[in-house]
Amino acid sequence: MAEEMRVLLEYADKINPESADEYVKVGGYVGLEKARQMEINDLIQEVKSSGLRGRGGAGFNAGMKWSFVPKNAEIKYVVCNLDEGEPGTYKDRIICEKNAQALLEGMAICGRAIGSNQGYIYCRGEYPFTVKLLKNAIQSAKELGALGDFNIEVRMGAGAYVCGEETALIESIEGHRGEPRFKPPFPGVAGLWGVPTVVNNVETFACLPSILTKGSAWFAGIGAAKYPGTKIVTLTGDAVNTTFFEVPTDYILRDVIYKLGGGVKGGKKLKAVQVGGTSGSFIPEQNLDTQIDFDSMGAIGAALGSGAVLVLDETRDIVDIVTRISKFFEHESCGKCNPCREGTFRCREIMEKINAGKASQKDIDNLLLLTRVMQKAALCGLGQAAPFPIQSTIKHFAHEYARKIV
Amino acid sequence: MANYKDIIVGCIDKKGGIIEAFHALQNEFNYIPHEALVEAARVFGVSEAQAYGVATFYSYLSVEKRGKYIIRMCESAPCHVAGADELLKALESQLGIKVGETTSDGKFTLELTECVGQCQATPVITVNSEPVFNVTTKILPQVLAAYK
Repeated sequence: MAEEMRVLLEYADKINPESADEYVKVGGYVGLEKARQMEINDLIQEVKSSGLRGRGGAGFNAGMKWSFVPKNAEIKYVVCNLDEGEPGTYKDRIICEKNAQALLEGMAICGRAIGSNQGYIYCRGEYPFTVKLLKNAIQSAKELGALGDFNIEVRMGAGAYVCGEETALIESIEGHRGEPRFKPPFPGVAGLWGVPTVVNNVETFACLPSILTKGSAWFAGIGAAKYPGTKIVTLTGDAVNTTFFEVPTDYILRDVIYKLGGGVKGGKKLKAVQVGGTSGSFIPEQNLDTQIDFDSMGAIGAALGSGAVLVLDETRDIVDIVTRISKFFEHESCGKCNPCREGTFRCREIMEKINAGKASQKDIDNLLLLTRVMQKAALCGLGQAAPFPIQSTIKHFAHEYARKIV
Repeated sequence: MANYKDIIVGCIDKKGGIIEAFHALQNEFNYIPHEALVEAARVFGVSEAQAYGVATFYSYLSVEKRGKYIIRMCESAPCHVAGADELLKALESQLGIKVGETTSDGKFTLELTECVGQCQATPVITVNSEPVFNVTTKILPQVLAAYK
């Protein structure tokens, strides 16, 4: 199996992503029409049965998430997370550039399911051109009447990684500093402006039109049974073809790198792969035959996350790269909770000491203890995930650390 | 040049839209002037301290005056392994400024950024948010020369 499977990107570069008319010509907005004719409970059940799980990284069953939204609330919101800040990730931008109308349709389907007529797309500040594209796409869909009474407003972030966390994202839409909230209550109960809110990733929403059109059984039959569908991965680093691919979720990592990706540049050997972005674990060569789905990645102590795949060849200095990554987390920590604010600062400090050849085994022991505290005590996913690159490289590439300690 | 009050009023229909107002101000001035920040706080019904807290939380917002062209150098892992450190040194030496500074003619401001989501063509810099791809130290002089 070396081929891509294009579902979300089936019509990439064949239709104008801004044009609702062109999207309709290739079967767009049929899913939404179907959703409108279904009973609400049946619609949520259909999405549940498809097995669609959140593509933002947490992997929660989408239909299940929707079912937690109280039916009797008067105002509810649908929020799309387009704040993809994980380094090495640009799949959501690609979905918008190739198939923006599917995202809008997916949001309207969600709106129908939870009884909301207002959606927000929170687009990261790095993509002002995507904001423009989406505004045009919304305009086009409105002119065609495709969205019915469902409104979508685009809001732009301003360069804060933490706003990918759903409650920080909500804070940011409200015009505040992007600091995560305590959970519970979860957004499904009290989200944007305190009312029930469903927050899903771009890729999750974009899956919905085809689930409704072709049926939940069709979707459930694609890829890995417990994490069905396709996944868009972005290949970066020392691979030959550094681009994006859409593959079924039972695709193995080795094939992403060697078949689609053309292998390692310059015929070099592979040293490590980091999957899921900068908060992901480093995976050694011997684990490459793992399927990319959420649970298979979890089973090898890694995470699918955003689907970014960073390839590092044999000449790369793992400790140096993890030092850079630790600086990323120090910079992006919002500062609200102590374990993350101080923890990411100290992680960076110790990593720099190791990288400079001035650290001892005692420093590594302290670093590991610190990362365990962060995982248990940090308020949100940022501080909880920041330790993964450090822990996984100390585990799988201990010799690289040993070479630098005194 | 547009009046900052008009720019802020243009965002008033957006609930909680102070960040949208800040973006609009930056489109015009490249930073958020103090008097505009005070006005935005008043219009959106938050204290000046809160508005300042928001403006300084986000790395794309600035309360300090900046140059005509804001160059952001990505230093995240994919750009790091593609030679971002070397490129940053070249940027600093060719512009004659350090990160965070603005050239004396007010033309360029140099900032660092984390991933800008253009990892298909590393290393990446952005100039006023427009990405420039595969920027090597070799092509840097001609990249910079394009901005008048």
